[in-house]
Amino acid sequence: MHRRGVGAGAIAKKKLAEMSKQLETFKTNLEEFASKHKQEIRKNSQFRVQFQEMCATIGVDPLASGKGFWSEMLGVGDFYYELGVQIIEVCLALKHRNGGLITLDELHHHVLKGRGKFAQDVSQDDLVRAIKKLKAMGNGFGMIPVGGSYLVQSVPAELNMDHTVVLQLAEKKGYVTVSEIRDSLKWERERACHVLDHLLKEGLAWLDSQAAGEPQYWLPALFSELLSRDITPEEASQMTP
Amino acid sequence: MLLIRAKLDVGVVLLSTHRLLWRDQKNHECCICIPLSQVIFFEEQAAGIGKSAKIVIYLHPVPENKEPGPYQQSKYSFIKLSFKEHGQIEFYRRLTEEMTQKRWENTPVSQPIPTGVGPKAARTRAVGIVGIERKLEEKRKETDKNISEAFEDLSKLMEKAKEMVEVSKSIANKIKDKQGDITEDETIRFKSYLLSMGIANPVTRETHGSGTQYHIQLARQLGDILQAPLEERGGMMALTEVYCLVNRARGMELLSPEDLVNACKMFESLKLPLRLRVFDSGVMVVQLQSHSEEEMIASALDNVSDKGSLTAEEFAKLLGLSVLLSKERLLLAEKVGHLCRDDSVEGLRFYPNLF
Repeated sequence: MHRRGVGAGAIAKKKLAEMSKQLETFKTNLEEFASKHKQEIRKNSQFRVQFQEMCATIGVDPLASGKGFWSEMLGVGDFYYELGVQIIEVCLALKHRNGGLITLDELHHHVLKGRGKFAQDVSQDDLVRAIKKLKAMGNGFGMIPVGGSYLVQSVPAELNMDHTVVLQLAEKKGYVTVSEIRDSLKWERERACHVLDHLLKEGLAWLDSQAAGEPQYWLPALFSELLSRDITPEEASQMTP
Repeated sequence: MLLIRAKLDVGVVLLSTHRLLWRDQKNHECCICIPLSQVIFFEEQAAGIGKSAKIVIYLHPVPENKEPGPYQQSKYSFIKLSFKEHGQIEFYRRLTEEMTQKRWENTPVSQPIPTGVGPKAARTRAVGIVGIERKLEEKRKETDKNISEAFEDLSKLMEKAKEMVEVSKSIANKIKDKQGDITEDETIRFKSYLLSMGIANPVTRETHGSGTQYHIQLARQLGDILQAPLEERGGMMALTEVYCLVNRARGMELLSPEDLVNACKMFESLKLPLRLRVFDSGVMVVQLQSHSEEEMIASALDNVSDKGSLTAEEFAKLLGLSVLLSKERLLLAEKVGHLCRDDSVEGLRFYPNLF
C-alpha cells in the first residue's frame, strides 16, 4: 500500500520545524564567531580567501544576499557589494579609453585610489569575487585569462575563443599584427582579419596603419603607460550617468 | 657605496615614528640611526636576477648639530637598504605611513638613542632596541595566535554550516517528490531559510523562483525610489546603474546583485509600474511601464532622419543618456525595420531604412 499524501507531507513539515530550530542555533554560533573574528575578516585578505573557499566547498554562498546571515552578522556582504559599486564606476569612467576591457592590475590600481589612504586594503582576489557577483546583472561582466592574470570585460561585446586567444597574444607588447597571428596561431589571413575587425568595431582595439612594416592593432586595455593616468574629472562625471 | 656595504653588511632595520635604525646582526653594539626628518624622498628598487630588492633613501644635507656616527660626511646624498631575505614590501609600506604622518613633528623625542659606538652608550642603546624588538615579537605572536584561533573557529563553524546544507537538501528533495503536500506557506518559509544560509537550491528555484518575502518588500521599495530617477533618464536605466544608485543611497546594509535581480523580477506580479527587461545583447534594464516602446522607436527614427545618420555615441550625446542604452534604442528601431546599419571598422552607424 502506498503511503502518500498526509503522511509524507507531515514528515516534511517536521523536518522544516527541525531546520528552523537548527537555524536558530546556527545563527547563535555565527554571532559568537562574528563577535570574536569579525575584524579579522575585514582586515585580513588571506582570511577572507580561506573563508570564501570553505563556504564554496560546503555549498554556501555568503554573498548571495544582503539579507543572509553571513552578510548581516559578519559584514562580508557590504564589503563586496560596495566593491562592486566601485568596480562598475571605474569601468564606466574608463570605458571610452579602452572600449570596456581593462586589466585586473589597472582596475585594482584605480579602485585602491578611489578608496583613499585610510580605507581597507583590497586584494585582487576580492575584486575577482566581487566581479563574479556582478555577472548576475547582465551587462557582460566577465573575466578573460591573459598573461597570468585577467582582463576584465564590462561591456556586452561578444568575445569568443578566437578573440580571447588574440588578446592573449597581444598581451606581451600591447599590440598584435596579422603576420604575428598567422605565425603563432597558424590561422588563415581571413580568420585573423575577421577577429581583428571585430575588436576594432567593438572599440577594444585601435588601428595604427602607419606603423613601420604592417598595420598594428593596439589594445588600449593592455597599454601599461596608461596605468598611472588618473581618472580625469570629465571621466569621473561619467561614473554616475 | 662599496665602502659602506663592506662595513655594514648584515643586520636588522627598524622603524620608529621618529627614526630609522640599523643594527648589525653580529655586533649588537653597532647601531646607527637616521632621523626621519632628514629624509627627503625614498623609492623602491625591484629585485632582479642576482640582486635583492632595495629601498633607496635620499637625505637632506648634513645638519650642523649632527651627532657622531660611522661617517662624518659622505659624497653620497642617499643610502640604500638591501633586503636580502624579506621585509621590503612591508617596510616600504610602513615607511610611507610614517613619512606621511610625520609624527616626529608633534611629539618630542623622549629618549634620544645615541649614534656613536661606546661602552656606556651601548648599554642604553641595547635596552632601547631590545625593548622594541620584544614588543614586535609579542605582537607577531599575538597576531599568529589570533589567526590560528580564528581559523580553528572558522572550521568548526563551517562544520555546522555543512550540516545545515545537508538538512536543506533532504527537505528540498521531499518537496520535489511530493509537490502537492507542502503548503505554499511552508515553501515560502523554506526559501527564506535558504536565503539566510546562502544556500542555492535549483529545485525550488525552478518551480517557485528565487524570490522571498524580502524580495517582495524590496520590489515595492524600488518601485518608489526609482520613479524619479527613471523619469529623469528617459524611462530606462541599466541594472548596474540602478545597483550603484540604490547602494550609494543606502550606505550600509547594501543589496547584493542577486537581491536586486530577484526583486526586479517581481515587478510584474506585484503590478508595480516598472519592468525588468533583458535585451538580446544580454543587457538588463529597469524600465518604466508607462514608457512607450513605440515612442522610443519613433524618436530614434526622428533623430536619425534629422541628422542623416547616427552612431550610438552621437545619439547618446544628443539625448544625454549612456552609450549603452542609446545603442539599445537604435537596435530596437533596427529590429522593427525603421533603421538599418552600416557596420565598418569606423564604427556602427545607423541610417533610416529606405528599403
